[in-house]
This record gives sequence, C-alpha cells and structure tokens, in this order.
Amino acid sequence: MINFVLRRLGQSAILLVIMSLLVFVGMYVVSDPVAVMAGEDATAADRAALAAAYGLDQPLPVQYLTFLANIVQGDFGTSFVYGRPVLDLIFERLPATLEVVFLAMVLGLAFGIPMGIFSGLNRRKPATRLISMITTIGYSIPNFWQALLFILVFAVWLRVLPATGRGPTTDFLGLQLSLFNAEGLRYMLLPAANLAVALICMQTRLARSGTQEVMYQDYMMFARAKGIAPRRLIGRHLLRNILIPIVTITALELGTLIAFSTVTETVFSWPGIGKLLLDSIYRSDRPVVVAYMILITLMFVLINLAADIIYAVLDPRIRYS
Amino acid sequence: MSAIKRLSGPSRIDPFLVPFRHYPAAIAGLVGICVFTLAAILAPLIAPQNPFDQGQLDIMNGLLPPMSEMMDGSVSLLGTDAVGRDILSAVLYGMRTSLLVAIVAVSIGMVVGVVLGLVAVMRGGWVDAVIMRAVDLTVSFPGVLLALMLLAVFGSGVDKVILALAIGIWAQNARMVRAVGLSEMKKDYIAAARIGGLGDLRIMFHFLLPNAISPVLVLMPMAISGAIVAEATLSFLGVGVPITEPSLGLLISNGNDYLLSGRWWISVVPGLVLVLMVLSINVVADRLRDHANPYLQARG
Repeated sequence: MINFVLRRLGQSAILLVIMSLLVFVGMYVVSDPVAVMAGEDATAADRAALAAAYGLDQPLPVQYLTFLANIVQGDFGTSFVYGRPVLDLIFERLPATLEVVFLAMVLGLAFGIPMGIFSGLNRRKPATRLISMITTIGYSIPNFWQALLFILVFAVWLRVLPATGRGPTTDFLGLQLSLFNAEGLRYMLLPAANLAVALICMQTRLARSGTQEVMYQDYMMFARAKGIAPRRLIGRHLLRNILIPIVTITALELGTLIAFSTVTETVFSWPGIGKLLLDSIYRSDRPVVVAYMILITLMFVLINLAADIIYAVLDPRIRYS
Repeated sequence: MSAIKRLSGPSRIDPFLVPFRHYPAAIAGLVGICVFTLAAILAPLIAPQNPFDQGQLDIMNGLLPPMSEMMDGSVSLLGTDAVGRDILSAVLYGMRTSLLVAIVAVSIGMVVGVVLGLVAVMRGGWVDAVIMRAVDLTVSFPGVLLALMLLAVFGSGVDKVILALAIGIWAQNARMVRAVGLSEMKKDYIAAARIGGLGDLRIMFHFLLPNAISPVLVLMPMAISGAIVAEATLSFLGVGVPITEPSLGLLISNGNDYLLSGRWWISVVPGLVLVLMVLSINVVADRLRDHANPYLQARG
C-alpha cells in the first residue's frame, strides 16, 4: 500500500512539473510579455529595461526555474488589473465558490438519493419513468442555458429569488459566507441549484443501480425474512450499503463542480474564482490566469490521487496491477 | 403458414434500424437528428433572411416577439433580436457552426486517439508509457475546463475551438482503443498474422483496427453531443467562436442581456434548439450503447 501511494505521489509530482512547463510555454513564450507591457510606442531601450526588470532577458531555462521557484514559494506575481498579489485575490474569492459547491452537493444528495432509491425499488411505476425522463433531460440541458432559464422563471416571471450577485454575508471563522444568513441563502439558491442539476441526475442513476444490486443480496432477503419493517429495511440496511460509493463519487466530483462553477458564476455574477478566471481572460490579466491554472491543476492532481488511493483501499486488486 | 413465415423469414427492416425497433423515443431522436442536420445544411435556402448580411437587417424590426409582423409585411415566426435579426434565420445558421465544429473536432480527436491507441498497443514499452501518461494528463481535467484553459492561451477562433475540443477528445479514444487492443493482441488471429510475416502497419490497420474500433464508434454520438454543448458553452462565455460567426452559444449570450426585461425569446429559442439537438443525439446514443451491450439486451 505504501509503495502504491509513493508511486502515485511521484507520478503526480511529474504531472505537475509537466503542466507548469506547458503553462509557462503557453503564457510566457508563445506571446511576448514585453510587448504587452511596454505598449506600441516604447523605444528599444525601454523594452530592454523592462525585460531586464522582469528577468525576461535571461535564457529560457533560467526564466522557467525562476518561475517555478517563485511558485513554490507561493509567489504567483501581481495582477495587472487589480495591482495586488494574485494569491490574495484567489483566496479572497475562494470561499464564495466553495460555499456554492457545498450547497450544490447537499442539494444533490438530498434529491438524488431518494429519487434513485425510489426508482430502484419501483421499476415499473409511472413515477419511475418520469424520474428517468427528468434525468435524461437534465443531462441534455447545457448548464449555462439552464442557468438562464432559472433566472427567467424564478427572478423575472415569479420574482421570488434574486437573479444575480451575492447577497449579504456573515463573518464565520474569518471567512465571509452567505450560508448562515437567510437573505444570503436566497442569493445562493439559484447558482447552487444550477450546479446541482447534473449532480442530481448522476446520483439518481448511482442510487438506482445501487438499490437494484443490493436489494437482491442475501442479507437483504434475510432481513426481510426476519420481518424487519420496510422503513427500517430501506433506511438502515439499504441506505448504509449504497451510501458509501455515492458519497465517495460525489466528493470526487468536487473538481468537476469547481470547473463548472466558472459557467455558473459568470451567468449569476457570483464573485467566486470562476468569474475571476473569466474576467481575467477578458482583460488579459495573465498572472491571474496562470495562477488559476496551476492551482486548479494541483487541485485535480490531489483529487485524482485521493480517488486512486480510495479505490485501492476499497479494491485490493487495483494495487497489484 | 403466415406465422411460420414471420418467424423464419429474414427481417425486412434495414439492419441499421434494428436497434431502434420498439423504441419510439429513439426513433424520435433519429428523426430529430435528420431534421436538424438537413436544416443546418439547407440553411441558406430555407432561412427567411441572411442574418449576418447587414443590408437585410432593419433596426425598426428590433426586439419583436414571436409571430410579429415585420416592417416588410412578412411574419417573424420566432421573433427578432435587438438589431432586427430574425431569430429563426440566426438559429438555422448557428446550427451550421455548432454541428460543423462538433463533427470536425470529434473526427480529429477520434482519428488521432485511435491511431495513438493502436501505436501504444503495437509498440508497447516506453512509447506506450509516454502515450498513456499524456492520456492521464488530459483526462484528469473536465473537458470544458481543459478547453477553457487552452483557449485562454490560444485566443478565440473557430479553428482554435476545434483544436481545444479535439485535445479533450483524443485521450478517451486512445484509452478505449488501447484497452480493447491489448486483449485482441493475445488472440490467435494476430499470432497467425505475425507468423504469416505481415508487417506491423498491416496488422495494425487491417487486423487490430476493425476489431478494436467498435467501442469508439458506439460512443461517437455521445462525443458529438458533448462537443456541441462544449462549443456552445465556450462561445456563450465569450472565449469560443468570434462574434462574426453565427453560433448557438453566441445567440444565447446576446439574449442574456434582454432576459431581465422579459424578452425571453432571444435566448430561449436558440437554447431550446440546442437542447433538442443534444437530446435527439443522446437518446439515439443511449439506445446504440444499450444495443451494443449484450448483457442489457438479454435482460430486455
């Protein structure tokens, strides 16, 4: 097991180095940062001075190593637009993204699991067909258009929820969160629901197939033969057995949700890291884009590492392959 | 007599349509795909106006709801946008871009992925290791995020969107072909071909390819609908195709500005078309996948 984890850690480290090299080449070498910063009427001397000031006159390998050394020390540079350290900007907006993702996961579990268990238990009922139709359609509706429909229905027509922005926040352990604030929650509901739809579809399918599998296991037959009430049968014996894989897979969806939050945050003007990324792309604020890419890669590497380790713990066969 | 005939006679249904028998939703999806594809191809012939010819647009026709009469007396079935562009025409032209980008991106991704997957199987060793690590690197990101990051580096443009999407697609195909190919390599017909003195290239394309490609083909419709959604998402976010190209994502994004004032049709109509297109493909794709899975087929 330790061998397996060490090997995966080594692979992850190599992956990160390759990714940083790609980002470096893409952002700093393919186009000329000096030209971007200096403007059109800079003299050759100005350019040389700028290049020297930012170390861009050094040979490329030296530049790359400096870039890498700075990142390792947590220095991602200063935003061109905000004039502040990039890392501060990202960590300032991270709580907003994480709380929406968290609420989306809660909504996903709260709706997906009951719908999935119901479909698994009642294979022929009309409600099951309806659920399966909803999940198929849910999968087919692009995230961003769904967001627009939510705004149209709940904010424009019904006027029950605010369309965009983040409402009031409360201070929680030094973080500004909307979760513990009724008015703030109203602002969070649409973005979170938007992220949750795909999750609900996925969890319904997982819970349905899990239920169908578990219901025919010997211990379920035995429990039923023992005369355990259906409620307890489902609530205790079934739920416990299907919950572990569902929660595991949901937790591993964290990365996908953060990725899709770029879309959701842009539509709902939610001030998280996804909106920061897009705003920075529009304004060519390079240091922010580079930092986002490196951090998101790090996050995905860690999530995938966690996934591999969890699967290896659950299924010993994986370790030996 | 007639019963015997029905049982013994070969089915008169075209073999291509067999998977769709008794599945009305899948048939509807198939019809949908045909209608959308035809409409996209014939857009210049059937669209009431050329929505990107400034000369044909009249600002007086701006923001008309569906079924309104335009200045020249014709009726705009699905309404108009802010500059007086007929939504129906814009959607017909937009479908062309969406379908073209998706099909080209998936084709490139498929060819590159299948060839690299086969090479990984045939060569093995460090070639296999390098290709598979590249696959791992690619599939560790969700497709849309990967494309978004690539476009942040490349800049926007139809060719760049196609490239960015293809980069997300090749890896899954390479992985699938390699998995199937490795098990095929152990079979006798490959050994026979080797003993027969056939070259690597011939074994790769004449023997391995036909036997390893079916999972890739079965998942191709799903890849196309995924690429359509990804392109629309990127264009909606403003990093996909440039504003001079008609695209469903861009049309929806234009309508976004008018949503809060209740002018829903500008973004709802193109979105609805996008969803129907994707839904048609997904229903057909689901059916093909289930049909290709003997376990599900036996269960009925």
